[in-house]
Amino acid sequence: MGESIVHYSNIFKTFGEVDVLKGIDLEVKPAEKVALIGPSGSGKTTIIRMLMTLEQPTSGTILVNGENLWQMEKKGQLVMADEHHLRSIRGDIGMVFQHFNLFPHMTILENCMLAPTIVKKEDKTEVEQQAVEMLEKVGLGDKIDLYPSQLSGGQKQRVAMARALMMKPKVMLFDEVTSALDPELVGEVLEVIRDLAKEGEMAMILVTHEMDFALDIADRILFLNDGVIEEEGSPEEILMNPKSERLQDFLARFNNR
Amino acid sequence: MSSIMEISLVLLEGIKITLIVLALSITISTLIAFVAGLSRVSSNVLLNKFTGFYVEIFRGTSLIIQLFWFSYALPGLFNIHLGSDIWTAVIAISLNYGAYMSEIVRGAILSVSGGQTEASIALNLTKFQRLRYIIIPQAIRMMLPEYGNYLIQILKATSLVSLIGLTDLLYYGNIYRSTHLAEAPTVYLLILVFYFILALPLIAFTRKMEVFSKKGVAQQ
Repeated sequence: MGESIVHYSNIFKTFGEVDVLKGIDLEVKPAEKVALIGPSGSGKTTIIRMLMTLEQPTSGTILVNGENLWQMEKKGQLVMADEHHLRSIRGDIGMVFQHFNLFPHMTILENCMLAPTIVKKEDKTEVEQQAVEMLEKVGLGDKIDLYPSQLSGGQKQRVAMARALMMKPKVMLFDEVTSALDPELVGEVLEVIRDLAKEGEMAMILVTHEMDFALDIADRILFLNDGVIEEEGSPEEILMNPKSERLQDFLARFNNR
Repeated sequence: MSSIMEISLVLLEGIKITLIVLALSITISTLIAFVAGLSRVSSNVLLNKFTGFYVEIFRGTSLIIQLFWFSYALPGLFNIHLGSDIWTAVIAISLNYGAYMSEIVRGAILSVSGGQTEASIALNLTKFQRLRYIIIPQAIRMMLPEYGNYLIQILKATSLVSLIGLTDLLYYGNIYRSTHLAEAPTVYLLILVFYFILALPLIAFTRKMEVFSKKGVAQQ
């Protein structure tokens, strides 16, 4: 158990009357790349949002590096985690959002520098140097002084990745990062993720609709349907040789588009 | 022509008080607006309710009556004296406009996209850092145009202070008119012109802020 970096056990999530997740068990090993696929509304995004502490599970536990994320011990009893506890754990997690969520009042360099300087209190000159290198790495070295509104969607998403990477997370979450993009901009974003995946050491959980991409970079694919993990396996097993009828239907509908 | 010069010189005497009351009221009402606006979006129920009560009381009653209360009723009833007449006027105007402006602070904070908070949680900012670096800077950009409008309104509201005996622009105008009845149209025309000239920088500020605020805000 100790070797998995993220461990969900028996996670349920209810929004009002709707059961979104109905008992999720999921382990992710360090450096492992896991893709979550499934129809919209199946709970894929909720799974990663709970790890980023944006959503609280209704029941069940999530361990990060063996530490309980949503509960903590207080006077010998398990109680709901407070902000201090969440902050102590979520530093290992990073997230890239569907709608980028860049800070519009800051240049893209400032976007990348903010968290390392004020959260980790790192030296500003060093952070700036790293941020410039990081932006060069995602192909935006010549745009560091622009504001997000001056960039294309694909460029914004690459900045968002650079910004998240600046915090050196051990697990990076990707929430449908290409679905808000114009089709011709999808490639440049996937290219950056592909390079990151090749570098290796960071674990990734990707919610995606890009099947070819999932096939290419994922070590394992999970098919979510109706709040449960319906099927999981290697990309080849899942995409080439689906067992459950629902997954077959899902893939057939996907290929017919 | 000479009477215009004469009246203008008299009115200039009052501009000093008008400007002092204006400057102090703008400063203090802005502070009140931020404290009250932030309290209104805080999760502390008591703070939230109390501030809501303050806002409704001061928005729901007229400024002129609040001025009379602070000036005549409170000293008489409870022996509370708010210092000099200038301070009485400044406090009444600031509490009144602070209540209005706290609503734009509150509205602006609430209208910063939720994605901004989520991104700053993902980057592990503290609650205070989220407000300080992400939410408030964007909220300020959004509230500036409306804030400028309120500054102009505060300027116009300062003319009420003559009613509690402060010797402002309008006070001097009224004094002059009472001894030169035939000049009333010229007096009040000049008073309008004076107020308009005082408002010009505030109007320019508002315009500029409208342009500024269009940049650098997340809209989703």
